[in-house]
Amino acid sequence: MTAPPLLEVRNLRVVYPGDDGDFRAVRNVSFSLGRERLGIVGESGSGKSTTGRAIMGLIPRPGRVEADAMRLGDADLTRLNERGFRRLRGKRIAMVMQDPKFSLDPVMTVGKQVAETHRYHFRSSWKAARTAALEMLEAVHIRDPERVYAQYPHQISGGMGQRVMIAMMLIAGPEILIADEPTSALDVSVQQQVLAIMDEMVRSRGMGLILISHNLRLVSSFCDRVLVMYAGQIVESCRANRLHAATHPYTRGLLTALPELGNRRAELPQLRRDPEWLADLPAQVGTAP
Amino acid sequence: MSASGAAARPSPVRRPFPTAAGVASALRRIARLLGSVALTFLGLTLVTFFIGRVIPIDPVLAIVGDKASKATYDKVAEQIGINLPLPVQYWRYLMRVLHGDFGTSIITAHPVLQDMAHVFPATMELAVVALLVGTLLGVPLGVLAATNRGRWPDQAIRFGSLLGYSMPVFWLGLVGLLLFYARLGWVDGPGRIDVSFDDIVTPITGMITIDSLIAGEYDVFWNALGHLILPASILGYLSMAYIARMTRSFMLGQLRQEYVLATRAKGMPPFRVVWVHALGNIWVPLITVIALTFGSLLEGAVLTETVFAWPGLGLYMKNSLFNADLNAVLGGTLVIGVVYIFLNMLSDVIYPLVDPRARERR
Repeated sequence: MTAPPLLEVRNLRVVYPGDDGDFRAVRNVSFSLGRERLGIVGESGSGKSTTGRAIMGLIPRPGRVEADAMRLGDADLTRLNERGFRRLRGKRIAMVMQDPKFSLDPVMTVGKQVAETHRYHFRSSWKAARTAALEMLEAVHIRDPERVYAQYPHQISGGMGQRVMIAMMLIAGPEILIADEPTSALDVSVQQQVLAIMDEMVRSRGMGLILISHNLRLVSSFCDRVLVMYAGQIVESCRANRLHAATHPYTRGLLTALPELGNRRAELPQLRRDPEWLADLPAQVGTAP
Repeated sequence: MSASGAAARPSPVRRPFPTAAGVASALRRIARLLGSVALTFLGLTLVTFFIGRVIPIDPVLAIVGDKASKATYDKVAEQIGINLPLPVQYWRYLMRVLHGDFGTSIITAHPVLQDMAHVFPATMELAVVALLVGTLLGVPLGVLAATNRGRWPDQAIRFGSLLGYSMPVFWLGLVGLLLFYARLGWVDGPGRIDVSFDDIVTPITGMITIDSLIAGEYDVFWNALGHLILPASILGYLSMAYIARMTRSFMLGQLRQEYVLATRAKGMPPFRVVWVHALGNIWVPLITVIALTFGSLLEGAVLTETVFAWPGLGLYMKNSLFNADLNAVLGGTLVIGVVYIFLNMLSDVIYPLVDPRARERR
């Protein structure tokens, strides 16, 4: 990559203070993101979602976010307060969440939810915001935007809901989209559609995408690069098409535990966890690679 | 019709005004509502009737007095049908009630219904103002407590509402009178209005503040308001305590939801996240709470009206109880019950207006 990265993160740490010591949810995570699709995989509790939320300044109190550097273009994210983050959210960096059944406000029409993002970031009138929202709904391949605009979240399907979510998050033209398990709650048949729409949007707008998932196959087939997280650290980082050649024993363990069509096995191997994986890896020194 | 309707379909923008099917469904809903109201009313009359039978008041004795002869006693007993089988008595009671005949009060010698028409507006006036105070303060304070969970505004609001529902209302009333009336002289004392202002305005609604405004008698209005403000504030404080506590817990439930995070993730300011999105989702339970609060204000009126000599339903019922005036007590109980039924009905009508999910529920 020759162009400067859209996002650069060096030694990100997220800590939740607890009664018996601090819980370090994210430990010295470093990566940079260009106009590419970066996958973050890991099991539940590995810190992948927390990483995404930390970048958006959405870690609830009393959690603490620290980093040696965290830069979104010219904006230094380590120095931002809530107000500063709010200007970036939706406008420069946005997030698609897992289940549209829960991530859309149940008592507001979906169209209005898309429109309000536009309204807030561009100080536009409801009328202008509505026009923009209708265009956006069309862009995510919703066939009948006028009708869908006036519907409530419980009246539309999961796939439709996720398209609305994408429209709502992209309407203000962010540079980066963090998609946190965007298809896990959807039927298999619509997962591909939603991914394709997201891919199309991200490519055509020259955005960077962070796809957070526990699904190795999905990430390796969809993304350009993959980060594997375990217990709050990045244990492996490689090009997606080189994932089969991964070296870390955790990644290898995950890969061998994947079932395969046409390869009958009586039993899938279990992942044996090595306590050594929990040890702190050396923090990144200097600039990120 | 297929569920997805993949074929080219007409795309009307959803109109606020309904189709034939919509009207039919609305009519069905109203019919169902009225059916349940009728049934509840029947249950209510059963309860009031049996309360009348089990309380240790001898209705005959209350009429004839304890010096009457046996013959007089028996004659009156037969007249009011006290010796008939209970189902027959209930049937007669129900028929009378349905014809608007609640019997005659012993102490006022008026028909109970007429007394009700006289005292009920006074209580309504008190309860409505109290509910306004309670809701207009309670909801915002509850929201504030929830968004500041664990910090000082939350602690202060929770302490304030704890006081509100642990202090007895009559005690608060007495202390309030002592402080704001006797000591400070900020408000007017007991009663609805000074004697010198009595009978200036002709009752239209029966609520003096409104009647005086209609009549343009502003002196009367200010005097009535001076009398109203203290009891209404005290009852309002109690309902505020409850409404704030419930609002806080409803809001805490909503602020944990994913859509709140999503709304923040698209850059919405806290005001919009909290007061439009999260608050917009709690109106159904909140309206239930507010309706119940209004009902309990009518009950709470018994003590408050006694302390403040407020000539409303509460004071009327207290006097009737102390004088074994059974018709009046049961009439008052029935009226309060009917108000409860009405409030529930009103909430049912409001739910679909505030929550789209309630519109399709059948």
